[in-house]
Amino acid sequence: MTKIKPLLILVSLFLILCVAIISATGMGFLQISPQEVVQILWNSLLGQESQSINPTFPFVVIEVRLPRILTSALVGGGLAVAGAVFQAILLNPLADPYTLGISSGAAFGASLAIILTLFGIVIPVWFSIPAFAFLGAMATLIGVFSLASTDNKLSSNTLILSGVIIAAILSAGIGFIKYLADEQVSIIIFWLMGSFVGRTWSDVLTTLLIVLPGLGFTLYYARDLNIMALGERTANTLGVDSSRVKKMLLVCASLITAICVSVSGIIGFVGLIIPHLLRMILGPDNRILLPACFLGGATLLLGADTITRAWLPSEIPIGVLTSLIGGPFFCYIFRKKQLAKAS
Amino acid sequence: MTQNNSLFHIENLSFAYRSNMVFENINFQLEKGKFYGLIGANGSGKSTLIELLMATLSPISGVINYQAKSLHSYSRQELALRLALVPQHFSMDFEYTVYDVVLMGRHPHIPRFASPSQHDIDAVELAMKTMDIVHLQERAVSALSGGELQRVIMARALSQETEVLILDEATSNLDIQHTIAIMRVIKERVHTNGLTVIAAIHDLNLAAAFCDNCLVLKDGSIFANAAVENIFTPELLQSVFSVQASVSQSSENKHPRIQFQY
Repeated sequence: MTKIKPLLILVSLFLILCVAIISATGMGFLQISPQEVVQILWNSLLGQESQSINPTFPFVVIEVRLPRILTSALVGGGLAVAGAVFQAILLNPLADPYTLGISSGAAFGASLAIILTLFGIVIPVWFSIPAFAFLGAMATLIGVFSLASTDNKLSSNTLILSGVIIAAILSAGIGFIKYLADEQVSIIIFWLMGSFVGRTWSDVLTTLLIVLPGLGFTLYYARDLNIMALGERTANTLGVDSSRVKKMLLVCASLITAICVSVSGIIGFVGLIIPHLLRMILGPDNRILLPACFLGGATLLLGADTITRAWLPSEIPIGVLTSLIGGPFFCYIFRKKQLAKAS
Repeated sequence: MTQNNSLFHIENLSFAYRSNMVFENINFQLEKGKFYGLIGANGSGKSTLIELLMATLSPISGVINYQAKSLHSYSRQELALRLALVPQHFSMDFEYTVYDVVLMGRHPHIPRFASPSQHDIDAVELAMKTMDIVHLQERAVSALSGGELQRVIMARALSQETEVLILDEATSNLDIQHTIAIMRVIKERVHTNGLTVIAAIHDLNLAAAFCDNCLVLKDGSIFANAAVENIFTPELLQSVFSVQASVSQSSENKHPRIQFQY
């Protein structure tokens, strides 16, 4: 492949994301034209006021829509990058942030936070849910690591198995919490289905602070990740300290997943489909794949969120939407690929 | 034997997997510019010894020196510039092209964030030509046959341009034509470029035909380390492999030739 082509694709993915952000900001109950959106953004950057624009528009754009749109984009990008990293580390093109049980851990943490408030232990929910989700994810990661560390090389199979075991225990735990919640179980269920309703600038900021450095960190090790596709033993003989790189990138991808789940709930299939699809188009080179996943995942989740927010007559949870569309679509590409291999 | 010709110097090496002793106090030396065969029955520790020499395993006691310096004092990067490994098993789930995989052999030579230099590209092309895989270079490695894949991995190791090449039964998946072709190429590099080869080989006749020296492993110790003429005797074959065989000498290169009694 020539050098120009991947760069061209990255630039066009970036432009598509920008266009998506601007046009999504204009969509909704109040229709705002893209020119006005750009002008509002420009004005607020410079701290100016404009007479020609409806005075409620800047508030709608800056305080209501933009935080939600940017959060969904960052979460989409984060989940896709985390998915691509998990796939590259576990040498399994079908792995995703859920394989190691990280998001189950986050879900368990969030459910715990909700049930605690139901039992009258008052911690403000806006703080406790993300915090508990995050702690849950990290505790799961530690649990999976220590379960898998009996073989000190942290092999992919052991990791995946440990993840499956711990995820099974956690989902039983979530079931138990739902049972305890009794009549108020709907709060937990709704949170678990994933949503971007009412996200604020502080959500944008916390996500940004984890996802962007995370992306940079994974990019720094992108070439080592490529080499690790040769298998751990061979990668070691090529000068890559694979068990160290593996550990650091697992922690990094889990952090990204944890922050994404904690601001949005469980949103499935983004981390699986985007890397898979882009790998089919761009090839497996992580140096191009990882940034492309960030941009592609951001655009996709932003698009899906805009559909539920602005197009559908009533909002359905984003996690349900991505799984409903993503699942069958994934079946289709998976099947097509298997058939292509067989012929 | 002069001291500066010594490449690997192993002294009182012991190694165990947990409580399972594999090697106990073994000693041997390997010299530069020779083709070593590593032979022994299944489970005699050939692959373990290779991992110890590659520093991917650490001994529980003893010394492994590489060029008069402890092997473990080299960084992985430094080792990657000196030692290349062709593993026995290899599989890849990602669709890298043959060219990309061979280029991965240049990884230790290319600084992070740099592009491959002209020399890197030349080395890759030479390695592909040597292994007869130039026509496959745009194919995905996941779509290759076992033998083609083995040649790709071999080319990957050759492109690494190291002074030592370690083969872990690297020809066991190949047909006889490619096996002989590859062994010839390697042997030629040993004689012309001063490459050192350490090859675990199951096929004793192959070892006898191509190696200069053989290291024979039995029951966690070095049974013998000598020139092939002295290794392949009916007595040794009987005591190491428990087989009856007679040994004659090939007319063209004086290497031993083994006839097993079935």
